[in-house]
Amino acid sequence: MLGKLTLDAVPWHEPIIMGTGAVVALGGLAVLAALTYFRLWGPLWRDWITSVDHKKIGVMYIVLALVMLLRGFADAIMMRLQQAFAANDAAGFLPPHHYDQIFTAHGVIMIFFVATPLILGLMNVIVPLQIGARDVAFPFVNSLSFWLSAFGAVLVMASMWIGDFAATGWVAYPPLSELGYSPTTGVDYYIWSLQISGLGTTLTGINFIVTILRMRAPGMRLMQMPVFTWTALITNILIVAVFPVLTATLALLTADRYLGMHFFTNELGGNAMMYINLIWVWGHPEVYILILPAFGAFSEIVPTFSGKPLFGYKSMVYATSSIGVLSFFVWLHHFFTMGSGANVNAFFGIMTSIISIPTGVKLFNWLFTMFRGRIRYHTSVLWTVGFMVTFAVGGMTGVLLAVPGADFVLHNSLFLVAHFHNVIIGGVVFGCLAGISFWFPKVFGFTLNEFWGKVSFWCWLVGYWLAFTPLYLLGFKGMTRRMNHYDHADWHPYLIVALIGAVIIGMGILSLLIQFYVSIRDREQNRDLTGDPWDARSLEWGTASPAPFYNFAVLPEISSVEQHWADKESGRNLIQPTRYEDIHMPRNTGTGFIISAFGFVLCFAMVWHMWAIAGVSLLGVIGTFLFRAYDRDVDYWVPAAEVEAIENARYALLKKAA
Amino acid sequence: MSTAHSQPHADDGAHGSLASYTIGFLLSLALTGLSFGAVMSGAVPHAMILPAIVGLAVVQLLVQLVLFLHLGSAPSQRGNSVIFLLTAALIAILVSGSLWVMHNANLNMMPMQMSAEHAMAHE
Repeated sequence: MLGKLTLDAVPWHEPIIMGTGAVVALGGLAVLAALTYFRLWGPLWRDWITSVDHKKIGVMYIVLALVMLLRGFADAIMMRLQQAFAANDAAGFLPPHHYDQIFTAHGVIMIFFVATPLILGLMNVIVPLQIGARDVAFPFVNSLSFWLSAFGAVLVMASMWIGDFAATGWVAYPPLSELGYSPTTGVDYYIWSLQISGLGTTLTGINFIVTILRMRAPGMRLMQMPVFTWTALITNILIVAVFPVLTATLALLTADRYLGMHFFTNELGGNAMMYINLIWVWGHPEVYILILPAFGAFSEIVPTFSGKPLFGYKSMVYATSSIGVLSFFVWLHHFFTMGSGANVNAFFGIMTSIISIPTGVKLFNWLFTMFRGRIRYHTSVLWTVGFMVTFAVGGMTGVLLAVPGADFVLHNSLFLVAHFHNVIIGGVVFGCLAGISFWFPKVFGFTLNEFWGKVSFWCWLVGYWLAFTPLYLLGFKGMTRRMNHYDHADWHPYLIVALIGAVIIGMGILSLLIQFYVSIRDREQNRDLTGDPWDARSLEWGTASPAPFYNFAVLPEISSVEQHWADKESGRNLIQPTRYEDIHMPRNTGTGFIISAFGFVLCFAMVWHMWAIAGVSLLGVIGTFLFRAYDRDVDYWVPAAEVEAIENARYALLKKAA
Repeated sequence: MSTAHSQPHADDGAHGSLASYTIGFLLSLALTGLSFGAVMSGAVPHAMILPAIVGLAVVQLLVQLVLFLHLGSAPSQRGNSVIFLLTAALIAILVSGSLWVMHNANLNMMPMQMSAEHAMAHE
């Protein structure tokens, strides 16, 4: 019945894990007690868990990402501590098997459960507002997507206390990830958590492509979409194109591990190199999936706070699209050293260098937008400027690594580790944090505290450079990644500086949490009455803050890329429509949550070979889905009178503010 | 789902006519018959059988895409056609790229005694 699962699966003798477990358990109990005490279970279920409102789903994605950021950062600080201690005779405090799980979990969590939910969260919140839609095309699927991702995260967290996690590195190369070399359930946790969250991401991709192509406000042509929506469109096309590759690759690895097949084994005709090839067919477009919406966020922030239209809108669109196309021609640069030979390496090296051209175009567009603008240094602008400086360096080290000859020297070294943290922290993280500080009032109706936002920015920026510049240097000195212990005394000082940098990043994360706390505490002083706190330009600022659940009472007619700015110029934004119509909205549903919960049990049962439970929960998934498919009560009408009451209150506020 | 209702739906028109479906059906039958014939009649040289049925299959694919799924340059179908072509192009890139990568890795990595000259001779 319980398959391989026994009480021995819990690592009782590991004080670090059990201590963390105790803290998490106590924290979880405190949350449950608070929910019960304040009678919040009902509101939690009605307003959040069953919600199909894209704004609330977006918020839940971002909350998920921030919670997982804490876990991923805890892993990071443990690795930095280990390497700061484990020089020469010292062994450090992490035994190799635990250390290997930590660096694997760090990579998996940061990419799949921090960066991806941040990006999906921002898209969820902003895209329907920017195109003047009432919700996404498939609101139920959107809820399902989120809960699949969330339960994927739960599965990764569960692996910490029940069994172990993969000790293979975040892309789980075979033959190491095959049964012969990884006999425990670690790799199985890896596979099933990525499969369940990957399914959610793929569904989101389909959902947003349809939303952007089919649900734009009347009159909005493709070349009138705000740049963030453009980047979201390209990102979702990439998601739909490559996530199935990840799913298929992991399915083949699953067949190897569960059914005794030999796709990627060393013997019986298997070829581990095919796994490496396939995982990077997904893996390289994945980094553009993460960075493009960050570029989109910067493209909204820069014009707003420079008081100018975006320089080179069309070139921005073409640059985004060409990055999307080129991202399919570069995957081999992740394994130049695998042995495909000079011709293949030269082709992929050149294609990789070419990608830096459209990226450079974007950078110059932002700079020219700022040129002679009236720049206001809001926190989101600080993140943007910090991004431009940091990301430019990361891009240059990337072009350096794109030279196959240089890559043969630097591959698998800390230089590579420093490079991808340079572009992911300097690009994706800065972009998402900029986006959060920019769009926060649109969702919650009050602005974030500026002081703590700036503290957070400076901690992240200084911390990033202190933590990763030493790694660039250590890479040149020949230190490889993922080392549990080293014998070179002269590496030690660099790793201590890196630890100090990581601690400063930790202070940045802490400042971010303080920023949220202080902003919520002082929310009455920082109310945004106008719906447009930054004097911004695109459509989402034309509705109230917080945006009403139906987004726009009357769907706007679009005639400009900067519709809200045009409305402000003509004064149209202050004129209240004379009559309203009934609004058609999707009804909340718990089926997305229930399907995902069954999916979680299914994946957990598969990890532990509990076939009966897996079968029953698969039936649960299918049954709940069928129930939903035959449910006809999925929508309702908001009466015009209710819309009018909400809108009258809003225009009264607008008059008061003006 | 439901929220699209308040917004204009694009008219997906171009559902074909009886004639186009009949032509498509007859063409598919003929192409299938030719494939069977190529294998069973013995008229096609042995080495050409595989290329012949692959070629006929591709022609049949195109017939069905155009006549049954209505892909084409009609304004209402342009979106679908573009998406189909994009998908086909991506699959072509990824499959041919993977074959190229793995073929070269095979040439360079498989010999038991490796030497630079040996590898260069195969490039």
